[in-house]
Amino acid sequence: MLETKLEIKNLSAWYSEHQVLKNVSIPIYKNKVAAIIGPSGCGKSTLIRCINRLHEIVPNAKVEGQVLLDGKNIYDIDVDPMEVRKKVGMVFQQPNPFPTMTIFDNVAVGLKLNGVKDKKLIQSTVINALKEAGLYEEVKDKLHHYGTHLSGGQQQRLCIARTLALRPEVILFDEPCSALDPISTAKIEDLILELKKNHTIIIVTHNLQQAARVSEYTAFLYLGELIEFGLTESIFTAPKMKKTEEYIMGRFG
Amino acid sequence: MKRKIIDKIMQFLIYTSGVLVCFVLLIILGYIVLKGISSLSLDFFIRLPKPVGEVGGGMVNAIVGSFILVLLSTLWSVPIGVLSGVYLAESSSSAKPSNFSSVLRFLLDVLSGVPSIVIGIFAYSLIVLPMKKFSAIAGSFALGIIMLPTITRTAEEMIKMVPRSIKEASLALGINYWKTVFFVILNTAKPGILTGILIAVARIFGETAPLLFTAFGNRFWHRSLFEPIAALPLQIFAYAISPYDDWHKQAWAGALILILIVYIIIFMSRKILLKYR
Ligand SMILES: Nc1ncnc2c1ncn2[C@@H]1O[C@H](COP(=O)(O)OP(=O)(O)OP(=O)(O)O)[C@@H](O)[C@H]1O
Ligand SMILES: [Mg+2]
Repeated sequence: MLETKLEIKNLSAWYSEHQVLKNVSIPIYKNKVAAIIGPSGCGKSTLIRCINRLHEIVPNAKVEGQVLLDGKNIYDIDVDPMEVRKKVGMVFQQPNPFPTMTIFDNVAVGLKLNGVKDKKLIQSTVINALKEAGLYEEVKDKLHHYGTHLSGGQQQRLCIARTLALRPEVILFDEPCSALDPISTAKIEDLILELKKNHTIIIVTHNLQQAARVSEYTAFLYLGELIEFGLTESIFTAPKMKKTEEYIMGRFG
Repeated sequence: MKRKIIDKIMQFLIYTSGVLVCFVLLIILGYIVLKGISSLSLDFFIRLPKPVGEVGGGMVNAIVGSFILVLLSTLWSVPIGVLSGVYLAESSSSAKPSNFSSVLRFLLDVLSGVPSIVIGIFAYSLIVLPMKKFSAIAGSFALGIIMLPTITRTAEEMIKMVPRSIKEASLALGINYWKTVFFVILNTAKPGILTGILIAVARIFGETAPLLFTAFGNRFWHRSLFEPIAALPLQIFAYAISPYDDWHKQAWAGALILILIVYIIIFMSRKILLKYR
């Protein structure tokens, strides 16, 4: 029943000479939510940025190891990073809608710039994506206003819609709620639970309650190393490693 | 006590200089409006200059000529300037900034300090002499060069101000690097770049020196872009130094119109910036 959608295998990553990920291996299961937790600076963001090949856009950054998406290593030379990024969408910590584009164009731009010409198709995909992101009802009368006039939570859902428009199979969330109020946070969490029916999800979070609420699996990262990976329940109730226990008890980080 | 007195004196100095500046500007503006408005008439906007000695006529050819010159200069300098700005901004964000970009940046800084008449001479020897003719082409070549540094450097600065997160968001959507630069980053920097372009346009609208021996001026309609063409500042200059009273009046009217056009352009650039706030 458990199908592996993504397999991170012996992954190491550097910024110049500074190694921030050390031989990390994690399986990510299809249609499940995996949480990545760990103290600030342990490499959580770097890890998920290796999964959509965004790490390599940083000057002098380097990756070693494999990330298998449906069994195919995304770092093989015959793989186009653009294709990987279409299949593996990403939502960032700070909501970052395109400021000079309307709400509609924010969602449509990924399609348009990836060569979709069919106006009707774009229109329907945009509306569907906004609906899936739970934003449509709030913005349906102002699709042609600028996205920056929305609230922080709405902006984040706009960014989710923008990602959904490309029909990704995997969605990466990098602390998507850290800039949001509790109500907007709850909405995004509900959304993640809804999205996992059709997507595989990885979420980085500092909020352990959030990890417990939304994820089935949890990986604990410390100083660039994977300390423990397993069912969220067992990580939180019966951690095998001392470090994990200390982190969860709030003794550091 | 002593501090208080110094405070008061400083305050007084600051205020009076402010008032003085306002005063000088108002006098200049008021004088031009006063002098210009009395010579403005419908004829001014729709008639060609009358032959020497005859009273009346207008500057329609100079007004149209100025717009043509500015349009032509913008047409070639904006694409080149913006593209160079993209290049400068992108090369400074890459791992190893190229030597060429610092050379380019240096040259642009030098260019922006070159007096406009020198650029006129340059255009004269590069275009007018070989073609053996003054022309709109030569004029807009000179004006475009004057615009280049402003446009390039504003474009560079505005592109650099686009947050990294915007670039990353675009790349994360599977949009490739070049499309990200040209359709997402440039789009985000667009209001600032447009403002820079308008400021450059406002500046060249009043440029006279570089047009003296390039566009040259023309009392009639130009028949093609390869002929001498009239321009508002040239016409003002020619009329102002003439011995005729009627021409002096028309020069004032021309000056008023010139200021009005420049003001409208600057006003538009403000509007654009505000729109995206
Ligand atoms: N662009 C970069 N250039 C150089 N070093 C970087 C860069 N980004 C991150 N680092 C370094 O890499 C390490 C891991 O950073 P990363 O952002 O992956 O941590 P994180 O776990 O996501 O932290 P946080 O919880 O604060 O977001 C840190 O030591 C950080 O200083
Ligand atoms: Mg992070």
